[in-house]
Amino acid sequence: MASLKALKIRIGSVKSTQKITKAMKMVAAAKLRRAQEAAEAGRPYAQRLEAVVASLAGKVRVSESSPRLLAGTGKDQVHLLVVATSDKGLAGAFNTNIARLARKHARDLVAAGKTVKIYTIGRKGRGVLNREFRANMVHGIEPGDLGKLSFADARGYADDIIARFEAGEYDVATLFYSNFKSVLTQEPTAQQIVPVSIPEAAAAAETGVSAATEYEPEEEELLADLLPRNVAIQLYRAIRENAASEQGSKMTAMDNATRNAGDLIKRLSIQYNRARQAAITTELVEIISGAEAL
Amino acid sequence: MLHFELVTPEKLVRSEEVYMVTVPGTEGDFGVLQGHAPFMSTVRDGNLSIYRTDKGEPETIRIEGGFAEVNAKGLTVLAEKVEG
Repeated sequence: MASLKALKIRIGSVKSTQKITKAMKMVAAAKLRRAQEAAEAGRPYAQRLEAVVASLAGKVRVSESSPRLLAGTGKDQVHLLVVATSDKGLAGAFNTNIARLARKHARDLVAAGKTVKIYTIGRKGRGVLNREFRANMVHGIEPGDLGKLSFADARGYADDIIARFEAGEYDVATLFYSNFKSVLTQEPTAQQIVPVSIPEAAAAAETGVSAATEYEPEEEELLADLLPRNVAIQLYRAIRENAASEQGSKMTAMDNATRNAGDLIKRLSIQYNRARQAAITTELVEIISGAEAL
Repeated sequence: MLHFELVTPEKLVRSEEVYMVTVPGTEGDFGVLQGHAPFMSTVRDGNLSIYRTDKGEPETIRIEGGFAEVNAKGLTVLAEKVEG
């Protein structure tokens, strides 16, 4: 059995770990509120833009001259997987879940004979995918604190992704991120961003954009302007959702850790007390038998 | 009254009932009153004027990049950047 002193030290160390996880949980909870508000505040814009693009895209006939972001390259040989995670760990399964989904897609695509390229936003996702797809990595961004990213940053990433598309580096781009549903559930999601995916008639019906709508400039031109913007917005939304998901996930993970530490302390304390009592009993027995012998 | 919404990627800036809004469209400014025909336009960098009543001074907001949409529900301006 561990000595009394060793047990005491152990309890002390678990206690200080618990203090840290508790503090991290508080910080995550505070950040979560802000990130959640931000994620929710950003939704109307992204949804409206998506709906408008969808309804416009439904009207424009896809032809040789239509924007390539809409029509695609006509192939789907080279796939770009844009994996958005965070730079920091200690957030439960948050990064792992996104990376796992991306890895599954990558494996499926490779199995289907496609070329896969991986573009990471966030160090953690890169770390995980590097093990299996080191040769497929094309670029990695380390965004730092997700909550502090502005739209201009997202715009910069999107411009880079679009430039790579224009340069013919890939045919299809899919974005991986974690959708923030609630503090307890965050859902890793895959969303095709290039060429733009159109949820068909449903979107057009919702916006109430009627056939009589007038456009200025013409539909095609309008679309050419909106499509790159849409990519940036979807990316920005993904980052916002990620920021909220990360904090949510972190909070849950740290809450669990705190509770575990509490259990551990309880168990160790019982063990410590038993050991102490045993030591006292032994001492007493020694004294009594010593006295009897006289 | 016209239902007017101003949205940026960061947040919903305005959602209110107003009398008229003039929007700096790419091909010229346009004013939107209640019952405007469905219309969609890109927006250039410039000032958006909001008239709460048919008299009185407008409130101006500088917006950058984006587009405006008028439908049966009202006017929605999606701007990338809003100042003021």
